[in-house]
Amino acid sequence: MDLTHLILSILIWVPILGGVAVLIVGDDGDASSSRADGMRVLVLLVSLLTFVLSVFVYSSFDTTTADMQFVERFEWIPELNVYYYLGVDGISAPLILLTTFMTPLVVIAGWDSIRTRPAQYFAAFLILEGLMIGVFSALDGVLFYVMWEAMLVPMFLIIGVWGGERRIYATIKFFLYTFLGSVLMLVAFIYLFTKTGTFDLFAFMEAPLGMTEQKLIFIAFLLAFAVKVPMWPVHTWLPDAHVEAPTGGSVILAAIMLKMGGYGFVRLSLPIVPDGSEYFAGLMIALSLIAVVYIGMVALMQQDMKKLIAYSSIAHMGFVTLGFFLLWSIDSGMGAELGMTGGMVQMISHGLISGALFLCVGVLYDRVHSRQIADYGGVANTMPVFASFMVLFAMANAGLPGTSGFVGEFMVIIASFKANFWFAVLAASILVLGAAYTLWMIKRVIYGEVANDDVAELKDLNQREFIVLGLLASAVLLIGLWPGPLVDMMSVTIDQLVEYAGRSKL
Amino acid sequence: MHGYHLTIVLAPLAAAIVAGLFGKKIGRAGAHWITIFAVGLSFVLSALVLKYLYWDGGHAENYSVYTWAVVDGLRMEVGFLIDRLTALMMVVVTFVSLMVHIYTVGYMHDDSGYQRFFSYISLFTFSMLMLVMSNNFLQLFFGWEAVGLVSYLLIGFWFKRESAIFANLKAFLVNRVGDFGFILGIAGIVMFAESLDYATVFASGPAIAAQNIEVISGVPWNAMTLICILLFIGAMGKSAQAPLHVWLPDSMEGPTPISALIHAATMVTAGIFMVARMSPLFELSETALAVVVVIGAITAFFMGLLGIVQNDIKRVIAYSTLSQLGYMTVALGVSAYGAAIFHLMTHAFFKALLFLAAGSVIIALHHEQDIRKMGGLRKYMPITYWTALIGSLALIGFPGSAGFFSKDALIEAVRESHWHGQGAVYWIAYLSVMLGVFVTALYTFRLFFLVFHGKERMDEKMRSHVHESPWVVTGPLILLAIPSAVIGWFTIAPVVFGNFFGTSIAVTERHDVLAQLGREFHGSWEFILHAFQQSPVVYLAAAGAVTAWYFYLKRPDLPDVISKKLSGLYTLLVHKYYFDDLYINGFAAGGRAAGKFLWQKGDELLIDGIIVNGTANTIGRLAGILRQLQTGYLYDYAFAMIIGLTLLLGWMLWF
Repeated sequence: MDLTHLILSILIWVPILGGVAVLIVGDDGDASSSRADGMRVLVLLVSLLTFVLSVFVYSSFDTTTADMQFVERFEWIPELNVYYYLGVDGISAPLILLTTFMTPLVVIAGWDSIRTRPAQYFAAFLILEGLMIGVFSALDGVLFYVMWEAMLVPMFLIIGVWGGERRIYATIKFFLYTFLGSVLMLVAFIYLFTKTGTFDLFAFMEAPLGMTEQKLIFIAFLLAFAVKVPMWPVHTWLPDAHVEAPTGGSVILAAIMLKMGGYGFVRLSLPIVPDGSEYFAGLMIALSLIAVVYIGMVALMQQDMKKLIAYSSIAHMGFVTLGFFLLWSIDSGMGAELGMTGGMVQMISHGLISGALFLCVGVLYDRVHSRQIADYGGVANTMPVFASFMVLFAMANAGLPGTSGFVGEFMVIIASFKANFWFAVLAASILVLGAAYTLWMIKRVIYGEVANDDVAELKDLNQREFIVLGLLASAVLLIGLWPGPLVDMMSVTIDQLVEYAGRSKL
Repeated sequence: MHGYHLTIVLAPLAAAIVAGLFGKKIGRAGAHWITIFAVGLSFVLSALVLKYLYWDGGHAENYSVYTWAVVDGLRMEVGFLIDRLTALMMVVVTFVSLMVHIYTVGYMHDDSGYQRFFSYISLFTFSMLMLVMSNNFLQLFFGWEAVGLVSYLLIGFWFKRESAIFANLKAFLVNRVGDFGFILGIAGIVMFAESLDYATVFASGPAIAAQNIEVISGVPWNAMTLICILLFIGAMGKSAQAPLHVWLPDSMEGPTPISALIHAATMVTAGIFMVARMSPLFELSETALAVVVVIGAITAFFMGLLGIVQNDIKRVIAYSTLSQLGYMTVALGVSAYGAAIFHLMTHAFFKALLFLAAGSVIIALHHEQDIRKMGGLRKYMPITYWTALIGSLALIGFPGSAGFFSKDALIEAVRESHWHGQGAVYWIAYLSVMLGVFVTALYTFRLFFLVFHGKERMDEKMRSHVHESPWVVTGPLILLAIPSAVIGWFTIAPVVFGNFFGTSIAVTERHDVLAQLGREFHGSWEFILHAFQQSPVVYLAAAGAVTAWYFYLKRPDLPDVISKKLSGLYTLLVHKYYFDDLYINGFAAGGRAAGKFLWQKGDELLIDGIIVNGTANTIGRLAGILRQLQTGYLYDYAFAMIIGLTLLLGWMLWF
């Protein structure tokens, strides 16, 4: 039986149903029971199976067309013209691969360290994975919205149940922020439905819209996506959420959930309300640059490693939105696609690097139970292998060429120079700021004399941790040394996106 | 030849990976053999490439190895441009690297990070080769940052030392300030030339120079001037030009072999190489060249002065390196690119030699680096002594030594560079390089006399242990001393005044001081005679050396007296013109204070405290008030409904 045409559904439902199965298998209420061991193997198998299936999407992906691929379309709610409508193109397929790549790593990373309710924990991640793939492949507004909101639930639980001391404050903040934003997106969808009689995203793109309508819709989308990215000044939920989340939660939050915001801009805002996007582009650029400079400075002063990486994430995501909204400041020639591609590559790269850094903090946290920089020092003495990995990821975070961190930043800086010299100056300040906050942390945590007894007793990476960090390091270096395949996957779609965003609906 | 090129680059990389990842398995000997073999192979092949390009009359090659990515029509590639400029750099880099690899066997033999060290220096060799062999700006930037990374790792090699990990962070960040300019320069190039490929960019140089860009609206700047200055900011970081020089003296925290390789001979000259490589662009902006001259001149003179008051053997040489890099930069600024590269080459030999000799002294004295505790080492360490003497003579430009030819040619070029006008730029440059000669000789021989001559100031226990270093240390010293002594004789004619560089360096005719000098050049002997007859340079150097002899051997009590008399100047020099204080207490502390303010007042107080939690609290209070409307009594609700309906009906009737 040929399942090619159902591959996206399979990718969505395998992890979700797998998650349900994991809940049924359970763990006997004891993380070291043989039932829990079996459950973990099941979780790993499901996540690996999903990854293998997604490789199939990659290998049979046609990079020469901007059309949706692996399309599935079934009637869902005929009264409202709602379809179960899936498909991927060059901007969603890489994000799906990122999702399926990160999930098994999170599973392996949490293998021993989750001692309470492990079955529920792992099930939450599997279900979350399916829902995130759903967001990236949904082409119907209602389906998109359902996946988008449903995704919050497992993450809410992950932080709220397995989180740190202030987890309740963090979860409420996280939930309210993101939920308030996305409700407005629903309002925009409903409005577009009244104009087109359908929730088909492509119909939305073709819908004739006046300037006022476009502005309002843009604002509605903006609130939904800006919170997710997150953009300054609606970013303050993120450091709290990260600090309180368990390692796996932080990884998925940083690596994938933040990408929903960036994805929303390119999938919805730019093509559906091009004139609205143009109208607000200056604001978007300003907010992005504030994120780079302001947040970069704030990151410098963080005492908590997770907070530092969280702030670093906001600054790096500033490059994503900057790259996306340069389009209208570039009058002719090269630049628009460069910025857009840079933003997309930055999303993938940031997913890998921030995920890796959160895992590194998790490795330390599992041993010492502290995230405070001050509680460490001289880790390289007792954990040389770990130190090598963490320095590598820190360098990637600082945008060193040869790592994935450089690729997107380089493209966006080039594009922003073309748009405006001062945009480039502010954007390029990340070379100094990014290196400063990341390497200062490395200096205080990794280097130096052994700071205390906790550090003296540290054991270097176990095999499980080595595999996880090794795979991430490989991915970071691979994209850094040869971004060609990734870029080629996106390029035709981005051509079309630039064209869509550039044509006025007025 | 393509196979050669790839092998030259990849052999050190492969060795670095093996020594780094499998260091435990292959052991210490395994690590040094594999990296020495790889770098040796690179050196031999590089020499063959140079032979092919120069003696066999081979053609320069420019080709792509693989496509990194293509976006928006912008081809980003990894590729090689192998012409004589590149080939010369390849030979210098691999030769010095090979010497340092061998030397390290002796220098680091009881260090627990032995394999890691070999892995790093091999990785450095790979990165540096990628930088010089590149045919495009992307790979140039890759190599540029990669050498910075390895420099960071090596300065902090002894990562338990607080001073080392402070120095490596500082080095990386100061370099990043330079790279900030550099990447903007590259972005500017892409904006105007729509390409990263050298050949394409150079071809569109005149078109770029014909355009303006309004950085401040209403004030048009020449695009080429802007681009070249931005690129040069990168060079200022990497080649440690004032005011971005502060990292280099601190980088001496790293083991001595890397001070020789990275922080004297090769990496720090990357900025010089880059500007020479970009000569087709810099030639198009006289404003940018004037900036280059002034920065170089300031560095050459003022950093040299600092060498006089330092007491750490390595730091003296480090300030000397700063000063010599300043000389090279001045040469670039007067369009004497050939002279700059020539000085780069001779400097690579004699400065690596001096550092390795200093390292030999340091291990003999069990890691004592204070020259006030040395003295009289001549009789204990004859090979180190004689090779250090050769290095010192080359550094001060003793007639006939390699340094003489390169420095004299450079100074002559500055003197002839009248196209900068007879104004301030010309005189700043000329006076700096002239006075710098005296200063160079003074600090060089102060160091030399304090270390090798005079009273033995170490304690008795130390003295009884002092002995000459093993052959793995002295061997490289001798092999470096040979080119330091003689390489100038037979290379000055082709490299500086001849057509060695061919088309790899472009100079517009008006700027071409070397061609003018070349017409008066009649061989190396005459060049020396000419120096004695018509230039004060030789006498200035002699005066400097004699002054050093008088103050530090004849009347060692005088320096103290003078430093007390001139206490203002002395304090200024000891504090290194307060650059570090400004950066640490100004920029770094300012950045941290701004970060703290934005975090606590912006994020926590304003956004979270007032807006987010404030909204939540307000809603909470409003809800508290509204809740009182929900009395739970049916008649209250019925009453509200009646009022509501009345209002609604009234509203409908009214309209």
